[in-house]
Amino acid sequence: MSIFEYNGSALVAMVGKNCFAIASDRRLGVQLQTIATDFQKIYKIHDRLYLGLSGLATDAQTLYQRLVFRHKLYQLREERDMKPETFASLVSAVLYEKRFGPYFCQPVIAGLTDGDKPFICTMDSIGAKELAKDFVVAGTASESLYGACEAMFKPDLEPEELFEVVSQALLSSVDRDCLSGWGGHVYVVTPTEVTERILKGRMD
Amino acid sequence: MSKSAVEVPPRCGFSFDLCRRNAMLSEKGVKAPSYRKTGTTIVGLVFQDGVILGADTRATEGPIVCDKNCEKIHYMAPNIYCCGAGTAADTEAVTDMVSSQLQLHRYHTGRESRVITALTLLKKHLFNYQGYVQAALVLGGVDVTGPHLHTIYPHGSTDTLPFATMGSGSLAAMSVFESKYKEGLTRDEGIKIVAEAICSGIFNDLGSGSNVDVCVITKGHKEYLRNHLLPNPRTYVSAKDYSSSKKTEVLLTKITPLKEKVEVVEGGDAMEE
Repeated sequence: MSIFEYNGSALVAMVGKNCFAIASDRRLGVQLQTIATDFQKIYKIHDRLYLGLSGLATDAQTLYQRLVFRHKLYQLREERDMKPETFASLVSAVLYEKRFGPYFCQPVIAGLTDGDKPFICTMDSIGAKELAKDFVVAGTASESLYGACEAMFKPDLEPEELFEVVSQALLSSVDRDCLSGWGGHVYVVTPTEVTERILKGRMD
Repeated sequence: MSKSAVEVPPRCGFSFDLCRRNAMLSEKGVKAPSYRKTGTTIVGLVFQDGVILGADTRATEGPIVCDKNCEKIHYMAPNIYCCGAGTAADTEAVTDMVSSQLQLHRYHTGRESRVITALTLLKKHLFNYQGYVQAALVLGGVDVTGPHLHTIYPHGSTDTLPFATMGSGSLAAMSVFESKYKEGLTRDEGIKIVAEAICSGIFNDLGSGSNVDVCVITKGHKEYLRNHLLPNPRTYVSAKDYSSSKKTEVLLTKITPLKEKVEVVEGGDAMEE
């Protein structure tokens, strides 16, 4: 067993027209036993920046706390929120610092830049950035998510269509992964509002 | 100044505090994760007025292609670029670090960076880490002493060559160079051979794929040809939009309006006494 498969997770972020969506499953398990079905994997950094952490849940929460700490120090010093690009570099640096004893986490970062352009990015557990223009995936269901997103994604989707595409991609992928699922959690962020939805999914 | 109670972000260097835990986990039979690699074809050659670097654009994680169009030719200095193969995080980190050291050195001396400086900084770092920083590099640039091309191995050894290849597709690319390279190539001939070498990597090596990136560096000038060739376009795009017969079932919806950004106008009668 790989350590990434201990808790199970599925994460996906997609770009639309002046908006983005980030979605996760809701399961927390210990190998094949399900512990919780309302687990948070997507965290808000600020109004226009979200962070999803897949992999080992204990490391995800530690990493989240360290990143919030660094972001708050930045806010105090600079009196502004971090740009998504800057935050991605921060996450990358924090992960690469532990190059030889990594956090077992694969982050997904999604945010809106100052010009309301969407920004999405993922990394491996030691901070190798992958900046994508369309979608990024992470977690135990990543293989099936790659396939689903590759088939369903279209550029320049409006927020409502984007929600449908990202939700269907997520739900169909986690149905083929026994370590993730139990519903979904989707954020769709536009320049004016954030829509958070909880999806109904299979509970088996 | 007293030492602050909170743990301040460290200045530099690796942190090894999770190593014991991770070693314990792998002792218990938990597999360590695989990292993102650039199972790559990267090449470089010297032509009559400078250096040409080339790379494919595939990044892999095990057998999965995780990025179909990544950038493997990294910026080092305005006159120096570097192709990276190996673990993606390492090539990225090591080139970024050296490029910032070069920038500081330029501020200090006010002169153009030399390729040999970059080479020494890179090999020093890689040798220090005994091959555990897995970066295989092709470094090329033109400085005051002329065009230079070097390869750097993960353990810190280096080569100085008129043409070089690295990565998993290096054998495929080298076969092209060995049969076609000659001294005093023109710019167009050089680009053509580099593109052909990368293409042979793309088509014959599974770790390499997608597009061809080329970077031409000449005296006082550089040209970064991102996606110079696109030999593998998508063929399976469906014309129809994705649509589902019924909408996704939603249990709960929460809509949060975002605050308008406030523009602060400087000056004017903001604060009158």
